[in-house]
Amino acid sequence: MTAIVLLALLCVSILGYFLNRQAATKLRANGTRLHSVPGYHGLYSLLSTIVPVVVLIVLWLIFQGPLIDRFTMSGLPAGSLDELDTGGRQLILAEIKSISRGRIFGNPEVWKVDAADRYVWMHAVAGWMLFGIVIVASLGIVGLARSRVAADFRARHGVERITSGLMLFCSTIAIFTTLGIIAALLFESIRFFERVPITEFFFGLNWEPQIPLREDQIAAEGAFGWIPVFLGTLVITVVALFLAVPVGLLSAIYLNEFAPSRLRAVAKPVLEVLAGVPTVVYGFFAILVVAPAIRSFGASLGIPVSPNTALAAGSVMGIMLIPFISSFTDDALSAVPKSLRDGALALGATRAETVLNVLFPAAIPGIVGGILLAISRAIGETMIVVMAAGLIASLTINPLDSVTTVTVQIVTLLIGDTSFDNPKTLAAFALGMMLFIVTLVINVFALRIVRKYREAYE
Amino acid sequence: MADATAGTDPNPKTGSTADLVRASLARRNRKQMILQVLGIGSISFAFLMLFILIASLVSSGYQAFTQTHITLEVFIDPEEVPLERLPRGGFDDVLEASLASVLEDADPNDRAAMRALGKLLSNGAQFKLRDRVVEDPDLIGQTVTMTVPVSDPYDQLNKGLIDRETPEQYRRLKNFEIAWFDQLMAMEAISKPLNTGLISNPDSRFPELAGLKGALIGSFWALFVCFVISFPLGIGAAIYLEEFAPKNKFSDFVEVNINNLAAVPSVVFGLLALAVFIGWFGLPRSAPFVGGMTLALMTMPTIIIATRAALKAVPPSIREAALGVGASKHQVVFGHVLPLAMPGILTGTIIGLAQALGETAPLLLIGMNAFITSAPSGPFDSATALPTQIFIWADSPERGFVSRTSAAILVLLGFLITMNAISIYLRNRFERSW
Repeated sequence: MTAIVLLALLCVSILGYFLNRQAATKLRANGTRLHSVPGYHGLYSLLSTIVPVVVLIVLWLIFQGPLIDRFTMSGLPAGSLDELDTGGRQLILAEIKSISRGRIFGNPEVWKVDAADRYVWMHAVAGWMLFGIVIVASLGIVGLARSRVAADFRARHGVERITSGLMLFCSTIAIFTTLGIIAALLFESIRFFERVPITEFFFGLNWEPQIPLREDQIAAEGAFGWIPVFLGTLVITVVALFLAVPVGLLSAIYLNEFAPSRLRAVAKPVLEVLAGVPTVVYGFFAILVVAPAIRSFGASLGIPVSPNTALAAGSVMGIMLIPFISSFTDDALSAVPKSLRDGALALGATRAETVLNVLFPAAIPGIVGGILLAISRAIGETMIVVMAAGLIASLTINPLDSVTTVTVQIVTLLIGDTSFDNPKTLAAFALGMMLFIVTLVINVFALRIVRKYREAYE
Repeated sequence: MADATAGTDPNPKTGSTADLVRASLARRNRKQMILQVLGIGSISFAFLMLFILIASLVSSGYQAFTQTHITLEVFIDPEEVPLERLPRGGFDDVLEASLASVLEDADPNDRAAMRALGKLLSNGAQFKLRDRVVEDPDLIGQTVTMTVPVSDPYDQLNKGLIDRETPEQYRRLKNFEIAWFDQLMAMEAISKPLNTGLISNPDSRFPELAGLKGALIGSFWALFVCFVISFPLGIGAAIYLEEFAPKNKFSDFVEVNINNLAAVPSVVFGLLALAVFIGWFGLPRSAPFVGGMTLALMTMPTIIIATRAALKAVPPSIREAALGVGASKHQVVFGHVLPLAMPGILTGTIIGLAQALGETAPLLLIGMNAFITSAPSGPFDSATALPTQIFIWADSPERGFVSRTSAAILVLLGFLITMNAISIYLRNRFERSW
C-alpha cells in the first residue's frame, strides 16, 4: 500500500512539474519576460508537492501502527484483558497479529479471530485513507502552485529556499542521531536503575546478570556490578595496545623514513587491506588459528591457558589496530615541518637520531591522539571479543584467563529474548551508556589533541 | 662540548671533534641499524599476519566450494510411496533400499545397518526426491536417476578431512561405513562437483545443505536501504556544511557531532536501533529494512566527510567563473561544483558501503542473526546478512560448518575487494587533479 501511495505522489508531482513548466513556457511564448526560466516553475511545483506530502506520509506511518494496536486492544470484549499484566497483553496482541497474517496455531477463541479481522480491516481502511489524503493534498498543492505561475513569480528563489531547507535538515540528522542515542540509552538506563540500585552497578564486584524465575528463588538473584566487566575490557585493550603500538609505530617510522619508495608503494595498500577486513573475520581468525596456537604454546611450556584467553582476543584486536596506529603516526610524522628535519640532518644527526630525537617528539601529540582513538576503538570493538573472549566476568588481570567485556555482555544480554521490562535486558543499555560515555570522552579529547596539533604547524 | 669531553678523554691527542664523532659513529650507525631492523620486523609481522589470515581462510574454506554428491538409481516402490498419500511417503526407505541394492554387504532386513546407510545421504535427499515425485506422480513405480549430496561426515571423508588411520572409536565413521563409501567410489557413483548450493541454498541445520542465498539477499536489501537513505542525506549535509553554512556556533556543533558519530562504537548504534526503531516505532525485528537504516546512520559520517573533501578539492576559480557570469549560489553548486566532485563522492560512498557490508554488531542486536531457512522476499521479511551468517556458522558445532564459515568469509571478502576495486577505478578514471 505504501508503495502505491508513494507512486501516486510521484505521478501527481511530476504532473505538476509539467503543468507549471508548460504554463510558464506559454507565458514566455506570448512575449512576456519571466523572472525564472520555465524549468524552475516546474521544479517549484514538484518540490512544494513532494516535501510536505512525504513528511505527512512518514508521520502517518509512524503513528498508524501503534494507534491501530491500541484500537484493536480497546475493541476487545470487556473482561478479556482483566488480570493481565503488560506482558500478557502484548502476547494477546502478538497472537491477534499472527492470526491476521493467516498463521493460526491450534483453535484460537472466537473473539481473537474477530479482533484479527478487525485488525486487518483497520489496516486496509488506514491504507485507503492515507491514499485519499495524499491524492487530495498533492492535487491541491499542484493546483495552488499552478495558480502562482506568473511573469514576476520568483520560482527560482522558491526552489532555492526549499533546497536550502532540505540541506539544513540533512545536516541536522547527525544531531538527531546523537540525541537519539543519548535518549535511548538514558531512558532505558533510568528504567534499569529503578530496578537495580545505582551504587550496586558502579561499585559492585560481581556481574551475574540473571533474573529469578520464581519469586522465592534465592540462588539466581543476579548481581549487576560492572567493575569486573570493565576490568576485562581493560585487560583486552591493554593486550591489544601492547601489540599494536610498537608494531604500528615502528612500521610507520620505517615506512616514513627508511623504506625505499617501492616498498612504501606496496606496504601502504597492504596495511589498508588489513584495516578493511571486517571484524567478524578477525573474530573467526581468533578462534580458528590464534587461540589454539596460544593454547598449544602454553601447553608446551606447561602453563594452563584458558580456551577463551584474553590473550587471543587481545592480540587479534592488536593486529586490527596496527594499520590504525601506523596511519596516524604516518600523518603525524609527515606533518612535522621539513625545516626541523633538514635542521637536524644538517647538524650531522643520523636519520635514526633525526627521527627519534627531533621528529618523534614533535609528532608526539598527533601520535598520542591516534593511540587514544585506538583505545576507544578497542573498548568499543565487539565482534572479535564476542567470538573469542569469554562470557563469565571474573575479577582478574591475568591475560591467560578468560575475561569478558562490556560489548560481549551487551550482545549476549540482547541476543535471544528482548522484552524491555526486565533488569537483564535493561542492564545492556546501562552498559551501553557507560561504553558511550567512556568512548565519547576519549574521542573528544583525542580529536581535540589532533586538531590542536595540526593547527600548531599549519 | 668537545672541550668538556676532552678533559675526560684518556688520549688527548685524538680529542678533536671530528675524531670524537668518528669514534661514536659506529655506535650511532648501529643504533640506526637496530631501528631499521625493528621497522622491517614490524612490517613483516603485519604482512605475515595478513598472510596467515588469508592462508588459513583459503586452506579451510576452499573445500566448501565443492560438495560430494552421489548418483543413485532409485526405484520408487509403490508400496513405500503410495500415490494417494502424497506428499507423504517413505522416501527415505526408498533411498536406503536403492543404496542397499548396490552395496554388497548391506542386508535390507538389518534395521540398524539400514539406518546407518540412510545416514550416508544428506537429509535433504529425501525432500529432493519427494519434490520430484510430487511434481510428476507418474514416476511412482519407475526407476529414476538422482544426484544428491552426501551427508557431512562422508563429505569430509571424501575431502580427506577424516583420517582413516585414526582408531575406529575416535573416528566419526566406522570401518564398515568407510568400506561402503569405498565401494561406491569404486562404482564411480561419487562425484565432487562445484558447490552451487553454497550460493543458491538458504541456511540449514545441515552443513551439506546450508547456503548463503538468504544472507546475500538480506545483505543486498540492507545495503540498498542504507544507500537510499545515507547517500542523499549525506550529500545534502555535506553541501550545506561546505558551501552554505554560516560560520557560527550551530555549524560548529554539527561538525563536532559528525566527527564524534564517526567514532561511536558500532554496537551503540545497535542499541539505538533496538530501542528506537524496534522498541518505540514498532518496526519488525530481523528485517533488512531496520538493518539498512541503522547502517545508514553509521555510513552517513563517512559519506559526509568524503563529500566535503571532494567539494573542497574543486578549485575556487570554477565557482568564481560561474558566479561571474551571473549564476546564483545554488546554480554554481548544483550545476558546476557537485558534478565535478561526483567521482570523489562516489568513491567515498562505495568505501562507506563496503564498511557497512562488513558491519556485524548492530545487526546482531536487531535480530538479524535468526535461523531462517528461506530467502527473504522483501526488505521487511526476516533475514540474515553475510557477516551475521558468518557469525552463526562460526558458532555452529558441526565440523562441516568450519569450512562453510571460511568459504562465506571468502565470499564476503570477494565482495569487499570488488567494491574497493570499483572505487579505485573510479578514482583513477574520473578524478582530476587541478
